[in-house]
Amino acid sequence: MSTSATPSQTVGPYLSIGLTWDEGPHVVTADAPGAVWLRGEIRDGSGDVVKDALVETWQSDPSGRFHTPGFRGLGRCATDDDGRYAIRTVKPGVVQDQAPHLDMSVFARGLLHRVVTRVYFADEPAANEADPVLVRVPAERRGTLIAERSPDGYRFDITLQGPDETVFFSV
Amino acid sequence: MTVHPPLLSPGYKSTILRAPHQAPILLPPTLTELTGPVLGEGPVAAADADLTVDGTGEAQGQRIVVHGQVRDTDGRPVPDTLVEVWQANAAGRYLHKWDRHDAPLDPHFTGVGRTMTDAQGNYRFVTVKPGAYPWGNHPNAWRPAHIHFSLFGRAFTQRLVTQMYFPDDPLFAYDPIYHSVPEFARDRLVAGFDLGATVESWALGFRFDIVLSGAAATPMETR
Repeated sequence: MSTSATPSQTVGPYLSIGLTWDEGPHVVTADAPGAVWLRGEIRDGSGDVVKDALVETWQSDPSGRFHTPGFRGLGRCATDDDGRYAIRTVKPGVVQDQAPHLDMSVFARGLLHRVVTRVYFADEPAANEADPVLVRVPAERRGTLIAERSPDGYRFDITLQGPDETVFFSV
Repeated sequence: MTVHPPLLSPGYKSTILRAPHQAPILLPPTLTELTGPVLGEGPVAAADADLTVDGTGEAQGQRIVVHGQVRDTDGRPVPDTLVEVWQANAAGRYLHKWDRHDAPLDPHFTGVGRTMTDAQGNYRFVTVKPGAYPWGNHPNAWRPAHIHFSLFGRAFTQRLVTQMYFPDDPLFAYDPIYHSVPEFARDRLVAGFDLGATVESWALGFRFDIVLSGAAATPMETR
C-alpha cells in the first residue's frame, strides 16, 4: 500500500509558542569539548530581517556517528527581534565521504514548506573541495553554504530570496 | 505529483518576499538525511497531551479529543515520534506578544501540547476547539479554525509541519493558506468527526491521520 503524504503548511507567525523550549538551542553543554556557537541572521527578499523564523539543525557527533548516547544532535532556535539565531554545538565529524556539515531546516511565516540547507565550515577547505554534495552546487553559489569563523564559533547567515540567495536543497 | 504547496503562492502575501527564487538542488539522501532526532522519554509528560487543564483551572470552550495515526507513505506506523501542537484559544486568540486580536486571552489555556506516538503510531490530545481569527492578508480576511502540528518522523527527510482543519468550515473558500495546497490533496488537512472517539457527556472526537514522506534508515544503518 502506498499513500501520498499529508501536505505541508506554514508554521505561521506564532510558532515560538509551540516549537521553542529552553534547551532547544543547546546541542551540547557549555563545557563540552569543542563547544562553539553557530550564529546567523535571516533576511528576506527585500533585505529585511525575519523575526518569526525557526532554525533547526541535525548533525552527527564529532566522530561522525548519529544517535550516540547523550548526544541529541538536534538544535532548535527561533529568531529574535533582530532576525538572529544562535545554536551551541560541536563541529560534526565525517559522515560517509562527506565534508563536516550540518543539515538545517528553516521554518517561517510565509514559508508554506520548510526550506533545507547545509552548513559547511570555512576551515575545512580540502574536505569541502571534495564533498559530493557541494560539487552539485554551481561554484558561484557554494559560498552561501560555508560558515565563516567568528570569535566564539561560526557565522552562517541565510538569505531566503534575491541575488545572494542561500542554496536550498530538496530532500 | 506533489501534495505540497508551492513556496510562492501570491494569494498568501507573506510568500512573496520569502519564497526562494532559485529552484532547490536535489540532495540524494546521505546518512545525515536518513537519520533524525530521537526524542523519546525526555521532556514529554503525559499531562502535556491535555491542553484543557493547567493545574489551576479549566480552559474555556468546546472540549474536543483530537487523535490519529502517524504513518509513512508505505502505510507503516511511525511509533515513538514527537508530535507537537499549538493553537489559538476558543476565542481565536494566541498567547503570543504579537497577537493583537481584540479577543480575550484565557488564563487557563496556553495552546501548547506535546505527546509521543505509541507503538502503533497513534497519538491523542485533549484540547478546546480553536476559534477563527482575523489577519491582515486581505480585506476581511479570517483564518479557518486550525491546529498547528509538527512531526519529526524517523528521519530528517520526514520532518513535517502542517495545520489541521475542521470539517465543513465556510472559511475554506476564502483562505489562501488552505488553498495553497493542490486541490486534490486539500481534504488531507481536514480532520473527520469521529463518534467513536467522542466521549459521552464530555468531549467531541476528531480523527486526523498524518502521512510522512521521505526515506529513512533502519536503526542498524545509523552507525
